[in-house]
Amino acid sequence: MARIKLFVPLIIFLVLAALLYLGLGHDPRELPSVLVDRPLPAFALPALGDDKALDQTLFRGGPHLLNVWGTWCGACRDEHPFLVELAAGGIPIIGLDYKDDPAAARRWLADMGNPYQEVIADGEGRLGLDLGVYGAPETYVVDATGVIRYRHVGILNAQIWRERIEPVYRKWLAP
Amino acid sequence: MIPEYGHFALILALCLSLVLAVVPMLGATLGRPLWMASARPLAFGQLVLVAISFGCLAAAFLGDDFSVRYVAQNGNSLLPVYYKISAVWGAHEGSLLLWVLVLAGWTAAVAAFSRELPPELVARVLAVMGMIAVGFHLFLLLTSNPFERLLPMAPAEGRDLNPLLQDFGLIVHPPLLYMGYVGLSVPFAFAIAALLGGRMDVAWTRWTRPWTNIAWAFLTIGITLGSWWAYYELGWGGWWFWDPVENASFMPWLIATALVHSLAVTEKRGLFRGWTLLLAIFAFALSLLGTFMVRSGVLTSVHAFASDPTRGVFVLAFLGVVIGGSLLLYGLRAPALRVPASFGWRSREAFVLANNGLLAVITAVILLGTLYPLVADVMGWGKISVGPPYFNSFFVPLTLALALLMGIGALLQWKDSAPAPMARAAGLGALVAVPAAGLLPWLWGSWQWGAALALAATAWIAALTVRDLWRKSAFAPSRWQGLQRLRGGYWGMVCAHLGIAVAIAGAGVASSYSVQQDVRMEPGDTQVVAGYEFRFDGVTARDGPNYHAQIGAFDVRRDGHPVAHLEPEKRRYQGGQVMTEAGIDAGLGRDLYVVLGEPLDDTAWAVRLHVKPLVRWLWLGGALIAIGAVVAVGDRRYRRPVPVRAAVSANVVGP
Repeated sequence: MARIKLFVPLIIFLVLAALLYLGLGHDPRELPSVLVDRPLPAFALPALGDDKALDQTLFRGGPHLLNVWGTWCGACRDEHPFLVELAAGGIPIIGLDYKDDPAAARRWLADMGNPYQEVIADGEGRLGLDLGVYGAPETYVVDATGVIRYRHVGILNAQIWRERIEPVYRKWLAP
Repeated sequence: MIPEYGHFALILALCLSLVLAVVPMLGATLGRPLWMASARPLAFGQLVLVAISFGCLAAAFLGDDFSVRYVAQNGNSLLPVYYKISAVWGAHEGSLLLWVLVLAGWTAAVAAFSRELPPELVARVLAVMGMIAVGFHLFLLLTSNPFERLLPMAPAEGRDLNPLLQDFGLIVHPPLLYMGYVGLSVPFAFAIAALLGGRMDVAWTRWTRPWTNIAWAFLTIGITLGSWWAYYELGWGGWWFWDPVENASFMPWLIATALVHSLAVTEKRGLFRGWTLLLAIFAFALSLLGTFMVRSGVLTSVHAFASDPTRGVFVLAFLGVVIGGSLLLYGLRAPALRVPASFGWRSREAFVLANNGLLAVITAVILLGTLYPLVADVMGWGKISVGPPYFNSFFVPLTLALALLMGIGALLQWKDSAPAPMARAAGLGALVAVPAAGLLPWLWGSWQWGAALALAATAWIAALTVRDLWRKSAFAPSRWQGLQRLRGGYWGMVCAHLGIAVAIAGAGVASSYSVQQDVRMEPGDTQVVAGYEFRFDGVTARDGPNYHAQIGAFDVRRDGHPVAHLEPEKRRYQGGQVMTEAGIDAGLGRDLYVVLGEPLDDTAWAVRLHVKPLVRWLWLGGALIAIGAVVAVGDRRYRRPVPVRAAVSANVVGP
């Protein structure tokens, strides 16, 4: 028995190694927010371009999309036209301008169209940090009570919208 | 051609490490002196070749050779010279080359300073280090070659070093941290050699201890610098985030701390051999695991390298061979090294054992927290992340327990102590710690639990350490002579334990009493935070070598007297990334910390003002711990050759 005890560290290590091997096959970036089904973190940040203070009450009145973007993000440029299209179709989108230069962000919206009802300027990435943002773009569905219902990491396009996000959005649209 | 020379030198280094891994080991087994003697020149040769290879990569950065893919991705012709050099380890491939260079350096250092050790032991130790080198050379050459060319379409300009890394902290942090990580390969190699040779005598411990201390000191400094860097560079004002990469460096440190203590018991009393061997193996295993986690992409982190699954598979296979093999060897051979232990519960051994147990538990808790998201994912329990609340709720009480035991344990005798002196010591400790908890927090204006407990722990450790120093220096004609007679090893312990006390005070007070305000400020506005009056004097633009900066001016006064002038910056680098540089007025009593946020209109800015009491003590504590480790190495006994008789008599019968 005493001899078997000496192999306990080896067994622990082997279990750990097996786990790490299995872990290699998983993409950690698929991680949905811990905050799914929990309220959006409270925040008080300026709106892009003016001093207006924005907070979580912004999301009252119906489900919204919260789109995390930045001018430094190449993929956001690809995503942007589809957001403009969605907004034209009446989907309310709030932008979160993440760790960005406000002047560049305003130019971007002037050049490419503004799909957002409001843009939260999160220059320090504080709200992004609270949300657990890994990179941009990311899109959240936030319901009328300010609870996060879905998180998508990566570019939003017509297919992803149809298959994954629209059903969630529709579900929370109906009371 | 220079990058090709570098590549070629690396291939030659691999060849030498292959020979180093095989020939001296066989020589030690078969008793061939010449084969064993080949270990030293091979170790030196490997260092020269890796250094040439490293020099070639540095030359490619200095010469702006953007036909080399790694240089094109991480270099830029506008970078100042010192950042061109630090850019060598700014990303995965080059930092791995640095890792290999440090490993070759440690191997050569062991070869150079081990003249008095038995030749079999030296041959085995160097061969084990050679095996580790084989793995890393292959990893570099097969998955992460830094010399890969981008021909024929070489870009005209490099993409530039990540601006987060363009900083003094990042010039020195990785090399020091790697010195620590890789330095743990030395006690590891000594442990494997002891298991293979079936000998773990006084000579073995006397040689292993200083090496372990030095590696541990580097690791301490590396982690301390990392925390300091995160504090001033990330602009969040935090100093520890329980991020997977931070945990990856903290876990080997905890285990190495236990190892340093376990080695002391093994040297003085010949006990805890199994612990010492296992801790040596696990300390290195965790530093390899850290490498794996940072580079494989199984976990996400603020500062993980670009990840790549094939690299992950390679490191994991390597980890399996090295650590799985070592633990198998331990299971098979450890009985040969066993000695019966006998000591009472009021002995130094018992307290070291208890604290090593605590350190192991803390490490396990951190490992669990770090890997839990991965486990949950693999098991299909959903995706979760584990945050600071989990880590703090375990780490804080366990650390307080550690402090309690450490205060007493350090002044007990080996084998057993009488109950009365122990009770008197505990009484004195309590007499200092309780008022400290009750009164000291009021220095910062209010009484809070966290700070009170931390200050009690600090007072407890400091009082007991100083009392022991006082008693130990009493047996001499004068107090001064008494202090001079104390040995380096003892002074090292005093220094490191006081370092822990200082760091605990810093962590407790800074967490409890830091004040932070987010405000909108126009030029001329003043804002009072924790008694300090911050006046904003507007923002001016200035250009750096490869960035445009906007620099805010803040004048800080207290009771009308000027205290500091701070200039936080907002930098926009060539690549378009925006970085904040906090304006910090550092002080032993408190830090003033100002971050420039966003411009809100033409003149107003969002500004974040912090006052952080005692935050410096954290890093001061880290520095004291590292100094203690180095002072202990200076102890006379490590410079005297071990008497042969002692070595023989202490040797346990082999298999």
